[in-house]
Amino acid sequence: MDQPALLEMRGISKEFPGVKALDGVNLTVRPGTVHALMGENGAGKSTLMKCLFGIYRRDAGTVTLDGKEVEFKSSKEALENGVAMVHQELNQALTRTVKDNLWLGRYPKVGGFIVSERIMDQRTREIFEELEVTVDPNAIMSKLPVSQRQMVEIAKAVSYNAKVIVFDEPTSSLTETEVEHLFRIINMLRDKGCGIIYISHKMEEILRISDDVTIMRDGTWVATRPAKELTMDEIIRLMVGRELTNRFPPKTNQPGEVILDVQHMAGRYTRLKDATFQLKKGEILGIAGLDGSGRTEVLENLFGAMTREGGTITLHGKAIQNRTPKEAIKNGFALLTEERRATGIFGIRDIKENTVISNLKGYLLGGVVLSDKKMREDTDWSIQAMHIKTPSQKTQIRSLSGGNQQKVIIGRWLLTKPEILLLDEPTRGIDVGAKYEIYQLIIDLANEGKGVVMVSSEMPELLGVCDRIIVMSGGQVAGEVNAASTSQEEILTLAAKYV
Amino acid sequence: MSNESKKLAEKAQGLTAQKVGDTLLNNALIIIMLVVAVYVAITQPSFLSPTSLVNLLSLTAAYLPVALGIAGCIVLTGTDLSAGRAVGITACVSASLLQSTTAANKMWPNIGTLPIPLVILIVVAIGAAIGAFNGFFVAKFKLHPFIVTLATQLILYTILLLYVQMGNNGGMAISALDEGYRNFVVGNPPLLTFGSVKIPNYVIYALLLTALMWFVWNKTTFGKNMFALGANEEAARVSGVNVFATTIAVFALAGAMYGWAGFVESARIAANTANTGVNYELDAIAACVIGGVSFVGGIGKISGIVIGVIMLRLIFVALPLVGMDQNLQYALKGGIILFACALDMRKYLVKK
Repeated sequence: MDQPALLEMRGISKEFPGVKALDGVNLTVRPGTVHALMGENGAGKSTLMKCLFGIYRRDAGTVTLDGKEVEFKSSKEALENGVAMVHQELNQALTRTVKDNLWLGRYPKVGGFIVSERIMDQRTREIFEELEVTVDPNAIMSKLPVSQRQMVEIAKAVSYNAKVIVFDEPTSSLTETEVEHLFRIINMLRDKGCGIIYISHKMEEILRISDDVTIMRDGTWVATRPAKELTMDEIIRLMVGRELTNRFPPKTNQPGEVILDVQHMAGRYTRLKDATFQLKKGEILGIAGLDGSGRTEVLENLFGAMTREGGTITLHGKAIQNRTPKEAIKNGFALLTEERRATGIFGIRDIKENTVISNLKGYLLGGVVLSDKKMREDTDWSIQAMHIKTPSQKTQIRSLSGGNQQKVIIGRWLLTKPEILLLDEPTRGIDVGAKYEIYQLIIDLANEGKGVVMVSSEMPELLGVCDRIIVMSGGQVAGEVNAASTSQEEILTLAAKYV
Repeated sequence: MSNESKKLAEKAQGLTAQKVGDTLLNNALIIIMLVVAVYVAITQPSFLSPTSLVNLLSLTAAYLPVALGIAGCIVLTGTDLSAGRAVGITACVSASLLQSTTAANKMWPNIGTLPIPLVILIVVAIGAAIGAFNGFFVAKFKLHPFIVTLATQLILYTILLLYVQMGNNGGMAISALDEGYRNFVVGNPPLLTFGSVKIPNYVIYALLLTALMWFVWNKTTFGKNMFALGANEEAARVSGVNVFATTIAVFALAGAMYGWAGFVESARIAANTANTGVNYELDAIAACVIGGVSFVGGIGKISGIVIGVIMLRLIFVALPLVGMDQNLQYALKGGIILFACALDMRKYLVKK
């Protein structure tokens, strides 16, 4: 590491109301290398990159680019100074064409303000040709599959001719061949002398593509090492900060008799083709699969949040319909949604309202007035039982940490006395300590005799918490494995079965 | 035939039928408009007379500039409620600056009659300033345009009421406009005629304006930035678009359009009061949504806006011709708006 650094970030700190998101983080990128940035969800990787890119203003620290100290106030400035980024969330103008998106913010102009469609078309084709991207430059963005949109985003970042390119989870919606394609592009950029910052959760990818690895945990810098000196276990140890064996609470639940039987469930408008499985009393059933394999759709179709096309649902030997979420709740189902902020919490409302919202009928006095006393009692119960850390019931839920928000929502569902809990990514965006508590909560629920179906994109989590795991692939069940005896490799093989 | 191939065949058939249905639905408004026009033309051949057609054309041309302006605000997922009052102010200012020197109660007796290009410049600048004011509050404080322009509309009304009290006017209608001004806008002698019927000059101006706006929307950086901003503000920002300046510019351009509309309206109706232009924004918004400028943001075509405006004016022109009660027009307008928007949203609904 004796070359002069291309990009050096020193002592970067950033505070959000109530959270110290970054605390003195360092990152040094050498020219012509791929630098992987790793850490669990919420470790601060994306925040660090947003501070570099001018989306957030850092509170402290210095950024040096090519020996010059810089502070970008906007993305525009970052782009002009040779820093480009492939954003994790696909930020695209979906109603516009591919080439309009590619050149957004820097349209080729003639006469000062007239956009030249011809030059735009030509340059788009040149870049696509160079990168071997086969997307129609004139296609409307919203008509393209997510993976193609992702490739457009990658081509866009490359087209800035930037010195530093940040890839924030670029492979989350790519197929295996597309990932290979991306790696060819990255290797080409590396050979040109660019510095690549690569954020990903996928260890195999990291170990294959990167030269250096920096690991973050809870907003702090943990280590920077050459990739070839690292093993997967070592990375996990550094990311988690303790041995893997302590990540999950002991499994104490005992699956009983079958309570739920789902046969050939398919979605009318969604990609779910055929889901067949059973759930036992006191069992934790995992659903694994790649993004887009239909994991979430299994839960949402079962819960009536999506329209079913066929199949049967049998609960305790009786056929049920679950046409709407309301009906599903009545039948004893509860759904913890994937996007907590979008579809889980009512951010600006307080803890109490967020707790009682699914159970309002239970607080009616004379069928008309809501009893504030009962609602407060139930909220108090939830705060204690779920170990929610909050100053009071009147606190806005959005000011709590992700883990505590999630516990409020689990508490909300428990008040409806569900028999079957459907949990979609229950630990997404939650820090490591809080994850452990959520796992404990899930196992406790199974111990109380509830059936739990849990979707997760984190395989260790499924292996550590579940009894059985069904693997989705291309909208159908590709297989079922026993969590205690399976391996990540077996699950991955199944996940790729119908891709 | 195996079961599977049967299914496939059924699917293919369903698809084409669905495609035809979709095409019909997506163009339903234009189809209905044509059907209505044909029906009226058959039952009342006078509908196709030059007088009647020029009337439809003139009304469309008068209302078009406001719609062209407001459409930009809708593309940004906003709206502009201050458009009507902005037309009112610029109409009254135009009238007061271009009163004939012989007018009995000339508002500003000392200025004579200003050159027409100067007055155009003044009212377009006033309109643009109003728009920029709206845009500033939207861009800087992230207020919803509905709120900002609701407030502006009220403020403008007071300014308008005070303005018509000024000089020698004393709150009366501002009339007795300069002949040159009337001739410039309405056309005497006319530049174009249709049969023996004069086509007002402002129809030609509206055509030019439409071409200009088409160019701005489709061929300039500003236009593309506007659409990108409406489709996904965050994407525009991280791509280096100046969101603040673009927002202000969209509203200012809309304001400039209202300024022009006021200039034309003043000469067209010839007697201007504080109520000139009132509620024009509602007709303009209606025309835009009928024409497919979606409140979803980032979607809209100039051709759609023109169709929307014609559609609304068609009701006014055609209803009396076929002997329908004029009072029905409001219910019809309401119905068309609901129908058009439901059709429009249908395209963007993601079924789950």
